[in-house]
Amino acid sequence: MIEDIGNLFHGFAVVVQPYNLVLMVIGIVLGVIVGVLPGLGGANGVAILLPLTFSMSPTSAIIMLSCIYWGALFGGAITSILFNIPGEPWSVATTFDGHPMAQQGKAGEALTAAFTSSFVGALFAVIMITLVAPLVASFALRFGPAEIFAVYFLAFASFVGLSKEPPFKTIVSMMLGFALGTVGLDQMTGQLRLTFGFTEMLNGFDFLIAVIGLFGIGEILLTMEEGLSFKGKAAHINAKVVFQTWATLPKYWLLSLRSCLIGCWMGISPAGATPASFMSYGIAKRMSKRGNNFGKGEIEGVIAPETAAHAAGTSALLPMIALGVPGSPTAAVLLGGLLIWGLQPGPLLFVEQKDFVWGLIASMYMGNIVGLLIVLTCVPVFAAILRIPFSVIAPIILVLCAIGAYTVHNSTFDVLMMVVFGILGYFMKKTNYPMAPLVLAIVLGDKAEEAFRQSLLGSGGSLGIFFSNPLVSTIMILGLIALFWSVISSSWAKLRGQAATAA
Amino acid sequence: MSHSAKEAGGAGPSHRKVEIGFTLFMGFLGAVSIVGALQVGIGWGAEGPKAGFFPFYTGLIVVLSTAINLINAIRTPEGGLFAEWPALGQVVSVIVPATIYVLAIPFLGMYVSSAILIAAFMKHFGRYSWLFSIAIAIAVPVAIFFMFEIWFLVPLPKGPLENYLGY
Repeated sequence: MIEDIGNLFHGFAVVVQPYNLVLMVIGIVLGVIVGVLPGLGGANGVAILLPLTFSMSPTSAIIMLSCIYWGALFGGAITSILFNIPGEPWSVATTFDGHPMAQQGKAGEALTAAFTSSFVGALFAVIMITLVAPLVASFALRFGPAEIFAVYFLAFASFVGLSKEPPFKTIVSMMLGFALGTVGLDQMTGQLRLTFGFTEMLNGFDFLIAVIGLFGIGEILLTMEEGLSFKGKAAHINAKVVFQTWATLPKYWLLSLRSCLIGCWMGISPAGATPASFMSYGIAKRMSKRGNNFGKGEIEGVIAPETAAHAAGTSALLPMIALGVPGSPTAAVLLGGLLIWGLQPGPLLFVEQKDFVWGLIASMYMGNIVGLLIVLTCVPVFAAILRIPFSVIAPIILVLCAIGAYTVHNSTFDVLMMVVFGILGYFMKKTNYPMAPLVLAIVLGDKAEEAFRQSLLGSGGSLGIFFSNPLVSTIMILGLIALFWSVISSSWAKLRGQAATAA
Repeated sequence: MSHSAKEAGGAGPSHRKVEIGFTLFMGFLGAVSIVGALQVGIGWGAEGPKAGFFPFYTGLIVVLSTAINLINAIRTPEGGLFAEWPALGQVVSVIVPATIYVLAIPFLGMYVSSAILIAAFMKHFGRYSWLFSIAIAIAVPVAIFFMFEIWFLVPLPKGPLENYLGY
């Protein structure tokens, strides 16, 4: 514990080097732009900007990339409140009360409340990461292949049980992700598979291409179909409004704490920031004295989803750092970055790459402070970006996506695949298939398969290995509960309903 | 996919038909995975499960889940449009130039093809003047050039123009 605090201060020393501070500011600004623009989100924004970090040291690279992520989280709130357009899925719930506030001329208050509660949520999650991640990592160092597979099973089962899309659609997109991940060279036998004789397929499908295509191109296609026109409210934010709003915020401490806890829980289980923000909004509406006023411009309706979304977005990095299992598509992209910079994600990072891990954690603290200052002072500038017409922005985003896809492997075939994934993403979005499980499955497919096959090799093919000791059984049973969660909760409700009618 | 589906009252393909078509497509991908897995062997080899073991079962789960999704999709009553034809036209009018753009990159290089895409897109969708469109179309690739090639040292594909200029 004491040693960890020492490491953390060492991390701060790394982060406040002028070069890293500059990268941090660049990252936040790029991130807010990414968050504000439709079609560029946290995940594909980080994926597109990943090549910029190839020539940097891993620590500087992760500082810049994670700051893009913080910036994107902040940026989503701007478009939700001023334009009623959620720049990110997790800021949809912010539009419910944020935009009515802006229409009543209280845009400044809404923005200040949103940014501040984002900051609070993130800070809470970072403190949790600082305390919990080293413990989880040291615990996970003892995991064998069966336990590792069980953790993956838990992560993916939670997707099926917790996502709001139909469970069998979640399973289809997840399993297709696994199948796509197996294309190319088999790591264990060195055999080629699923290439059907196409040499372009030898390297398989990189998940970064899938992320850029599904989230970037798919989103542009959706926006073109809907024919969005931006009509925004002007942003008036000044020091007086900021301080006045800050003065009113402490009385919502209970709301904030509850939203932080919801966010952290949903972020660690891979449900992610979007359900966290909706759940937090829903609970706040039910618990609040002014619940009836929700949807008409209630400040609590801004605080609740923003706090939870940021807490979830941040705590999604906990399993990524400690276990090598990303909790969200963006965390998956950061994990992909680790591999490119030559680091092996997983619990060993805490032992072998102390500088890197603690630099990352320190940058979470610093990044959010710097981010809060930047967004509070520069809102009008970022809002102006949204006034650029879509017919100018769309081709530029297309070009940036193409560059991002090309630079992953310097391959123009990848750019073509990006367009294919984009069309796939458009149809998935329209027919309600979730995209996050597909992306995570491509990322983790190799490792999950390796853990699975090694476990079976050890046990001689018996599936009993996954229930062979208390630890692995517990994780597997948690996974099974998560997998059948919707079935369990609905039959529980039915049972209670029957009991009530019988009584 | 089932763009050719007959219209159900409104001006556009029905959501149900597109959903059924897309579900079948997903099932097809699962079947492809099974076939590919069978080609490399799905049984038990010298090093434990063979290379096709994992993709075989993921493909199988895809096909089985697709069957359930298909039943759900068929049971859903007809109603609602997937999108109206003009809106779909907009989507296609992005996909086609994007594909041409991507295919042109190996020949023209990233910068020139990007400039053409931006100019054409602005002219067609935004109805901007040629002067403004071309100005943006040149400014963006130049900015990208400085950002990627000069500052962050990431080379992008180059074509005849860059060769002529000596890069």
